[in-house]
Amino acid sequence: MTDVERLLRSALVPVDPPVSLTDRLELRLTETVDIAAEELADWELSTMRDPRNWGRTAAAGAVLAAAGGTLVLVRARQQHKKRQAGALKALEQSIEDVSTDIRKRLGR
Amino acid sequence: MPEPDKAALDRAFTELYKAHLRDVYSYSYYRVGNHHDAEDLTEQTFLQAYRHFERAQRESHGRPLRPWLIRIAHNLAANYYRDRSRKPQTQLEDAAIVSEPHPTAELVEQREELEEVLAGVANLPDDRREALIMRFALDMDNREISRALGRTEGATKVLIHRAIRQLEESLKAEEPAA
Repeated sequence: MTDVERLLRSALVPVDPPVSLTDRLELRLTETVDIAAEELADWELSTMRDPRNWGRTAAAGAVLAAAGGTLVLVRARQQHKKRQAGALKALEQSIEDVSTDIRKRLGR
Repeated sequence: MPEPDKAALDRAFTELYKAHLRDVYSYSYYRVGNHHDAEDLTEQTFLQAYRHFERAQRESHGRPLRPWLIRIAHNLAANYYRDRSRKPQTQLEDAAIVSEPHPTAELVEQREELEEVLAGVANLPDDRREALIMRFALDMDNREISRALGRTEGATKVLIHRAIRQLEESLKAEEPAA
């Protein structure tokens, strides 16, 4: 490896994406999957009207059920984050309530 | 009509996303030179990849899909410059190079050296710059880079060799005369 190659290796280091991007992107991908699942459900309902399609519809229903479980890691992570955010907000609210109470008492 | 093996496809896409998010972001960042546009480019790359994933997987015959993913980012970046008449930023807004609150003289010198390298990379012709980003930031081999750039492996090897030589010459030209 030449000196320039060593310098390139040091300068062009991999860059981690910001958390805000991963959150936004995972949400958009989850939404995209949900839309695809809804389209499948619409197709399923429309084909149910024709008895000749009932076999295919049943198969598609099984796929739809499985599709609900896709990107499950992404979704679970988002829900975990939401729960964490909710707990933090509740804690902030409790602290605010206590300080308001103390201020009121001192005011008296 | 949606394909019946969609659940398996979505699982495979999730794996692809998890494995290569950093690659796509790194490529985008060094390509456009700022975090804001790199975020947009990364997002658009994965959304487009999701739309065409089934076909890509079918046509890959088991080969890794990273070059395909980077090729999407490459094409989107080209559109980004064409549509907005922008040029890549020479100065990276927040380069991931040594950053210390109280740097020593040695660190300052090292930082300056790396900044010169990055500026040199930014000034290379597009294809040479891209090849170096793929080789050094993403650690892709010649075969992967050739697939991402749509060239032969031989042509890719020559491209990288010439890019390194050009950069070497530009860095030598920057050096103060002894």
